[in-house]
Amino acid sequence: MKHYTATYWAFFKTSLLEQFQYRAAMAIWMIGRILEPIIYLTVWTTVAHARGGSVGSYSPADFAAYYIVLMLVNQFTFSWIMHIYDFRIRQGELSNFLLKPIHPIHADIAENIAYKVMTAVIIFPTAILLFFLFDPNLAFHIQTFALFLLALGIAFIMRFFIEWTLALVAFWTTRNEAINQMYFTLGLFLSGRIAPIDLLPGAIQTLADALPFRWAVAFPVELMLGRLSQEQILNGFTMQAVWLLAGFLLIQLTWRLGIKKYSAVGS
Amino acid sequence: MSNIPDITVQNLGKTYEVPQREPGLGAALKSLISRTTRDVEAVKNISFSVAPGEIVGFLGPNGAGKTTTLKMLSGLLHPTAGEISVIGHTPYARHKNFLNRITLVMGQRNQLMWDIPVADSFERNRAIYRISHGEYKKTLDELSTLLDLSDLLSKPVRNLSLGERMKCEIAAALLHRPQVLFLDEPTIGLDVTMQRRIRAFLGEYNRRHSATVLLTSHYMADVEALCKRVIIIHHGELLFDGDLSALIERFSPHKTIVVDLETERADLSSYGEVITAEGNSVTLRVPKTKTADVTGKLLANLPVIDLTVEDPPIEEVIEQVFSN
Repeated sequence: MKHYTATYWAFFKTSLLEQFQYRAAMAIWMIGRILEPIIYLTVWTTVAHARGGSVGSYSPADFAAYYIVLMLVNQFTFSWIMHIYDFRIRQGELSNFLLKPIHPIHADIAENIAYKVMTAVIIFPTAILLFFLFDPNLAFHIQTFALFLLALGIAFIMRFFIEWTLALVAFWTTRNEAINQMYFTLGLFLSGRIAPIDLLPGAIQTLADALPFRWAVAFPVELMLGRLSQEQILNGFTMQAVWLLAGFLLIQLTWRLGIKKYSAVGS
Repeated sequence: MSNIPDITVQNLGKTYEVPQREPGLGAALKSLISRTTRDVEAVKNISFSVAPGEIVGFLGPNGAGKTTTLKMLSGLLHPTAGEISVIGHTPYARHKNFLNRITLVMGQRNQLMWDIPVADSFERNRAIYRISHGEYKKTLDELSTLLDLSDLLSKPVRNLSLGERMKCEIAAALLHRPQVLFLDEPTIGLDVTMQRRIRAFLGEYNRRHSATVLLTSHYMADVEALCKRVIIIHHGELLFDGDLSALIERFSPHKTIVVDLETERADLSSYGEVITAEGNSVTLRVPKTKTADVTGKLLANLPVIDLTVEDPPIEEVIEQVFSN
């Protein structure tokens, strides 16, 4: 364990150093990531006003709270690994990783955390600014916040596992973009980004319950907003645990099969 | 040094399945329905072993199967036939104890992080291989001295020249003091000085640490300077395994005689095939069996100032091997 901490620390430091080289690119990416929730927030606030003050159980202030927290949750749980893995395999860069006596996922996790720490400098001030601009309905309870942090932590790891599995599909397809695009679109609807999930039609809600997207993004958000009953919270954590385990097993399986393929064909 | 070889390869084979398709749109459509593949045997039934501390030159023209073999030896590729044992491990199992004791350097690939200083990439490897700080400092000092790295460590990799980068790549690959080194064209694209530098370093590293080295190179100077023994493969098959001197003996039927004469522009074509004739120096190629005879005649009949008998350049010998 101590070894892993030391290795993670080294990965973290070097990733931070590397990403610091791309400050401008990072800022531009961040603009996109911040604009998305603001656009949906503006749309829904307008709809709420037109509908006489609310949509479902959401007032404009509720939407504001929802999208500000969602922006944070999405920022802290997203990964980009599936966009770079096919390059890594095609260019043979993966070989460098395979020659090292450590599973390559560790470097990717550390890199992701380094990015999140780096971008925290942008995302937190933005959240505070939006807080003053949109006057959200958000109360702070220490217990709720503690549960939120737990849900956020699990969400990060489970989402990372699932997206890393998705990235490994590159072992078979060599061009991952079509699958990535489908994943992105599903996530837009089913993780509560385009609209809070309880505003969507029943059938879509059922689908959202069965897939991991909701539990990775919408669940921590709704939890933080105090919109969930005790039973729903328990159910949410159960689903997170199930997808965490499923993601872990999926990685083991796809990694083993993928390496088998890679070492048969070469790069 | 023990008698157990560090590397043992028995009847090693690797067959790739390569998709095959005629050019053109029609063929592309057809391939959607039925994909035809063709088996390509990159390595066929190769056997050899390498003793601890030995440096072996692994030679062959492009596409001979050298890189494929090195990739199988370092665990990146799974063989389709035969057995490999490297320091007691089956490489493709990629056991941590195996990976901790080997290294693979590919001259055309890099493992250093492009945008950060070299020292930071090294630090990453230190953590991966769990090298203690004391040990790390000692190794880094040694490598820095041997390869003259001290000015490079604080520079980002992207600001290094190809030669400087290669030196750093090699150092990064040796921080964990591997017992077995697989080097695939470590001097490719480098100028003569840098080639010599890296060559000298590899020799020194091998002497100091009794490391086992399997090296491919297209530069015969590398091979002559470092490898007493060479293994030659061609079309995936083993053509020769033995001492470099035995290779020349076996594959070169000629010797080169260089004579310096008192007279200029002498016609020596009756003694052997004239390769060059400049001023009073003439280079002749003669069949090996006639060397003594020709030398005797030259000395007896001509005003010779100096005469040397040499083996032909190793490049020529290798070319001879491949043309068979």
